[in-house]
Amino acid sequence: MPEEQIKFYQAGSFAVGNRLLPPEQRSVQARAERSNSLTSGHRACQGCGEALGARYALDAAMRATEGRLIAANATGCLEVFSTPYPESSWQLPWIHSLFGNAPAVATGIAAALKAKGRTDIRVVGQGGDGGTVDIGFACLSGMFERGDDVLYICYDNEAYMNTGVQRSGATPPAARTATTKPVGPEPGNVFGQGKNVPQIAMAHEIPYVATATVAELRDLEHKVERAMEFRGPRYLHIFVPCPLGWGSASRDTIRIARLVKETGLFPVFEAEHGEVVGVSKIRRRVPVEEYLRLQRRYAHLFGPKGHPEVIARLQGLADRNIRRFGLLADEAEAADLPGPATDAAGLPQGEPEPVRSLEEDTNLTRLLIETHGSPR
Amino acid sequence: MDKPFAITLDVGSSLANKTGTWRTERAVYVDRLPPCNHACPAGENIQRWLYEAEEGGEGYERAWRRIMEDNPFPAIMGRVCYHPCETSCNRGQLDESVGINSVERFLGDEAIKNGWTVEAAAPPSGKRVLVVGAGPSGLSAAYHLTRLGHEVTIHEAGPMAGGMMRFGIPKYRLPRDVLGAEVKRILDMGVRLELNAKVTNIEESMREGGFDAAFLAVGAHISKRAYIPAGESAHILDALSVLRGMEGEERPMLGRRVVVYGGGNTAMDVARTAKRLGAEEAIVVYRRTRERMPAHDFEVEEAEEEGVMMRWLSTIKHADEGKLLIEKMELDETGFPQPTGELEELEADSVVLALGQDTDLSLLEGVAGIEVEDGVVKVGPNMMTGCEGVFAGGDMVPDERTVTVGIGHGKKAARHIDGWLRGMPYEPPPKHEVATFDKLNTWYYSDAPRTVQPQLDPIRRQGTFDEVVQGLDESNALFEARRCLSCGNCFSCDNCYGVCPDNAVLKLSDAAEANVNGYEIDLDYCKGCGMCVSECPSGAIRMEPEEI
Repeated sequence: MPEEQIKFYQAGSFAVGNRLLPPEQRSVQARAERSNSLTSGHRACQGCGEALGARYALDAAMRATEGRLIAANATGCLEVFSTPYPESSWQLPWIHSLFGNAPAVATGIAAALKAKGRTDIRVVGQGGDGGTVDIGFACLSGMFERGDDVLYICYDNEAYMNTGVQRSGATPPAARTATTKPVGPEPGNVFGQGKNVPQIAMAHEIPYVATATVAELRDLEHKVERAMEFRGPRYLHIFVPCPLGWGSASRDTIRIARLVKETGLFPVFEAEHGEVVGVSKIRRRVPVEEYLRLQRRYAHLFGPKGHPEVIARLQGLADRNIRRFGLLADEAEAADLPGPATDAAGLPQGEPEPVRSLEEDTNLTRLLIETHGSPR
Repeated sequence: MDKPFAITLDVGSSLANKTGTWRTERAVYVDRLPPCNHACPAGENIQRWLYEAEEGGEGYERAWRRIMEDNPFPAIMGRVCYHPCETSCNRGQLDESVGINSVERFLGDEAIKNGWTVEAAAPPSGKRVLVVGAGPSGLSAAYHLTRLGHEVTIHEAGPMAGGMMRFGIPKYRLPRDVLGAEVKRILDMGVRLELNAKVTNIEESMREGGFDAAFLAVGAHISKRAYIPAGESAHILDALSVLRGMEGEERPMLGRRVVVYGGGNTAMDVARTAKRLGAEEAIVVYRRTRERMPAHDFEVEEAEEEGVMMRWLSTIKHADEGKLLIEKMELDETGFPQPTGELEELEADSVVLALGQDTDLSLLEGVAGIEVEDGVVKVGPNMMTGCEGVFAGGDMVPDERTVTVGIGHGKKAARHIDGWLRGMPYEPPPKHEVATFDKLNTWYYSDAPRTVQPQLDPIRRQGTFDEVVQGLDESNALFEARRCLSCGNCFSCDNCYGVCPDNAVLKLSDAAEANVNGYEIDLDYCKGCGMCVSECPSGAIRMEPEEI
């Protein structure tokens, strides 16, 4: 990955900053003069991943555009917690759209700027996964197709949190939602539904598509900067844990985002003009259990009445991503990777349990696929 | 609000909404005790000096000055210390412990190369202190007492300063120019050194010299003897006189086949010295097994590399001219060696006994209040003996007998002597909580294996007393320093500042000058999520419950 070139052995390039780095190499978030696009006093929950992701992304975009940036924001948590009338947390020009039309509003802003000859001012459209994947999907696809000069950012917390943890097209299989449980005795979301919007965006052959998590700041900032180098529609999909909706501890937000990538459940990659040009390799591979156990939305999979077969199926999805995107470092690179698996404080050390590959549990998987349809 | 009913309000900032009221716990920056500091017998602030060294360039001198606050011998320590700091280093649980000792040596050598010196820190007190013994402990006390403003005279029984650093540690581990440079630096601060001046009665010496206090560090220079039935012409020596003899004009005559009896570090030193003096065979005879040997592993390994042979589970039954009778031993259930009655002969031109040392306490005879137990002097927690104003440290008091422990005693005693002289007893600051491995978030540290110090080729070690372990150069010393995890102490990585979803961590602009932790929690907006705590790599933040 291009942003991994700085190698400092004390804090590596993984920490936000490093006092030993020359100022120009420091991350945007390490700077005292960062724009704090989303300022304090917002009403997001403790440990909100979306608030963090929005500041990370917009501060980087503000820096890349030297402050010439306008944002259009879909209805959702991000809008509700940041702008209770008459207050605003936004420190950039910001327009609230309907739930479903943020990409179209962003298109309109870009068109107006073009008409006025102010193409130096750039436009960001943003929303949660509900507003992007479901409600605003037609507007988003249209924006891609028309080639409008907008960076659209989806903050994916895998459900409609603003409406009380309701299932969206981005809710993963087996995750429990508060208001939208499937028919039947089990509370988890079904397998075989939902949409993979980064890949749909790639299918539009737009200039730039990327995924990121709030656990990899350098990578996220790099992708925003890269996105701002292109003209035309660009799409950034950021994984942002939601402590309230996922039933996780507020202190674990970044840890969960780190684990989702390390398990392979959420591939972190970038694509230009429809082709994948880079993936963020797994540094310390862990089984999906480590990720799932931290979240009460998966609690029904564990315990005496648990569902190891469902966990195995989720592991299968992770393994598929690893294969599909080549998420494991190859031999030469692997030599560069740390030995023992040690995650955040509190996680057990030592070798992770051997991860069963999809091939190994074929019988079970085949049975499940036959009864529930194939995994996406 | 003086607006009429039902009218549009002015735009306001969310800064008006103090979300800090939501909080039930608050994040607090802490300064935990790094395990290296905790383990250091000389009480060095290792994490802190590594922090300075990480900057390279001018940081080296700052780092060296940090060491000098606690220990006046960085170049010596960097060679002969058994570095318990590295044994306790948290990085050892991640990949390999930080090579603290090798960085210390690099800094010590830089100081000698560049002639860095230290000045007394306090104005003259007008008090005079007598230090007995110019070994590590005595020199350390003299150094710290001088820094604290007292006038110090050292009385040394031997012909040269250095004590066991000179007469116990062979040159191939500690070159004498390094020893000389660090001792000279202390003397140049104004410490008076009287050589060949054995103190025979401490009260008399104090009275005659008009001293206000004394620090005794006479060491343990009398080799323990074991009764070995021997023929008339058997050649039996003791380890210390062999090592001491190496400092004189005439080198000890050991012969072609040398047997060393004992299993400690001194036994290894003598065997390796014998090899260098030209012995074809140097054999260590020890009653127990290697696992039970008190010698450090690296000393045994280096000795074996140099061709020193080991006879485990063996004892010397009888010594005669040119040969020994060895009896095989076996360990009983309690691990104690028992004779088996199985005998064999071993050819030997000489036998060197390395069975430990006793201390010469004759200078304390008749002094009221002194308590001696197991051959060493009892001291209080302030290092004072039962006699008011007479303090003691080093090998002559009950503790582990290493150079570093002696240096630590010297520092500790100096602080208490200073407090005693000023009538304000020294109160050591309370120890902080130890920054154990589970307090860290090691995700943020890249993998970086330890730098291996080059060693002199074994074949080149045989005839010479050249230093075996070589030092690091600037580039790899910097690398090694930067491997420090900074356990329990902020190292300005900006993680807390970056990961706060509420921008409630403030970065202080003048922090660099103040050289303190550069952040502050903005309690107006901190919601108490704890993310800064869980993402702090070094465990320097803690959640504390709010009083509700």
